[in-house]
Amino acid sequence: MKITRPEVEHVARLARLALDDGEFDALTGEMDAILGYVAKLQELDTEGIVPTAHAVPMENAFRDDLVKPSIGIEAALQNAPDAADGCFRVPKVIE
Amino acid sequence: MNFTDRTIHELHDRLRAGEVTSVELTRAHLERIKATDGAINAYITLCPEEALAAAAAADARIAEGRADLLTGIPIALKDIFLTEGVRTTCASKILDNFVAPYDGTAVARLKERGAVILGKLNMDEFAMGSSNENSAYGPVKNPWNLGTVPGGSSGGSAAAVAAGQAVATLGTDTGGSIRQPASHCGVVGLKPTYGRVSRYGVIAYASSLDQVGPLTRDVEDCAIMLQAVAGFDGADSTSVDLPVPDYRATLKDGIAGLKIGLPKEYFIEGLDPEVKKAVETAIAVCRNLGAEIVEVSLPHTDYALACYYLVATAEASSNLARYDGVRYGVRTESARGLSDLYSRSRAEGFGAEVKRRIMLGTYALSSGYYDAYYLKAQKVRTLIRQDFLDAFAQVDLLLTPVAPTAAFPIGEKTADPLQMYLSDIFTIPVNLAGTCALSLPCGFTAEGLPIGLQLIGKPFDEATILRAAWAFEQATEWHKESPHF
Repeated sequence: MKITRPEVEHVARLARLALDDGEFDALTGEMDAILGYVAKLQELDTEGIVPTAHAVPMENAFRDDLVKPSIGIEAALQNAPDAADGCFRVPKVIE
Repeated sequence: MNFTDRTIHELHDRLRAGEVTSVELTRAHLERIKATDGAINAYITLCPEEALAAAAAADARIAEGRADLLTGIPIALKDIFLTEGVRTTCASKILDNFVAPYDGTAVARLKERGAVILGKLNMDEFAMGSSNENSAYGPVKNPWNLGTVPGGSSGGSAAAVAAGQAVATLGTDTGGSIRQPASHCGVVGLKPTYGRVSRYGVIAYASSLDQVGPLTRDVEDCAIMLQAVAGFDGADSTSVDLPVPDYRATLKDGIAGLKIGLPKEYFIEGLDPEVKKAVETAIAVCRNLGAEIVEVSLPHTDYALACYYLVATAEASSNLARYDGVRYGVRTESARGLSDLYSRSRAEGFGAEVKRRIMLGTYALSSGYYDAYYLKAQKVRTLIRQDFLDAFAQVDLLLTPVAPTAAFPIGEKTADPLQMYLSDIFTIPVNLAGTCALSLPCGFTAEGLPIGLQLIGKPFDEATILRAAWAFEQATEWHKESPHF
């Protein structure tokens, strides 16, 4: 299955990456090669195999529901590219 | 006397005996970094003031007789660990201006023991790479040969230890990112079992594979560093609540009587003849020390790389969705609306390899392809993990090469992502299986580049591979060599 440029453009939209022309061209070839390589997994019969999400078998991790201090508004905003009134500021969403 | 080529345990003894102070040690390392980092490029951020203040505090603690093994020891951290008040970039332009608001658990544990943090080390951007050529802050050079790569993604961590720029360092290993650079730089590197060390405050690449571990000058230091950072942490839901053994106490129990498996799939064509010879010599050393050597099989090895690149990129695409230019990191200046702000900030901030992996992962998780790629890979992962559990039913540990070749020239593999990915084929299966493995020096090529030996242990049995590694190290001289540059 050949990867086409429109597919790569679709994936870039999903991934929220504003790529340029050169990047689309390079990625179309690279993704095609890499996905061609990983297609070897199809050689294996995995019928009835349980997928592994985590290598270490674990039950759910619980802890006591205790109130603890968090990092606070000032620390949370210290790296904000744009902040105002204790909030992160972004471009207008509604016209 | 030179203090920038010593081990933690030797320096600890000298600090306690009053032969040197932590401030002196810290100054010596800062000088060494100043003299050598123009050539190596191992550091992204240096913290001289913080380090000297920590060293003075450590000297006071030593004087009070409260010295821990790490008290006053100058160490450094891969720039993937959050460090309160210090810039933490993950070697990405997108985090160029990020100052961490808190310490990650491993960092906090090292600080509690009085370790002195010299600075933050270069790496492949977001830990994606096998050569440390993918850093926004330029490539790291291998101290053994400045024309070759140090390995990746913890290339700065390995190079700093090899070049005497830190006594020990911490890295992270997702597909071999501690062991492969340790091998290429001639130092000891350990990837603990998944869940052994907390990932809280470690910038995530592929969450089900990432694990924190040390890079050190010898095996005893490796045990000391692991001891300091291992153990349950309620802040990481994948941290495992198991007792942490005293790794240093069992180091000297020897290798005699241990049953070592050689997975036949790891001794294949494509393995560099010099690497093969060094590993075979190492096997003979282990046999002479009384280990029993048997051949075993990990039949799904050939599928590990394909499986890894689907699992890792899928998780990466999800983890890296948090970089949107809103809450932290670099924001584009040319956004037209919110959605455009996300897409442009990400496109401007991420490097080529990171974009490639986000794209692959997004594709593998997208509607219509999820079952064929991501789910299929998770099923194959089950088979790979089962291979290891079957092998460990017969043997105590496995012995393999770390990488198919020694360090390769800078630029040699950058044009071909698949060729680059192949340099991790012997380390990746361990991450998929979630178990532990260690890399230690076992020889040199004719050109003087280090070769590494990998010892793979049962889940949570770091003690056995450390013990075997220590016995091997005592029987050989490889770890005593230092690069001359």
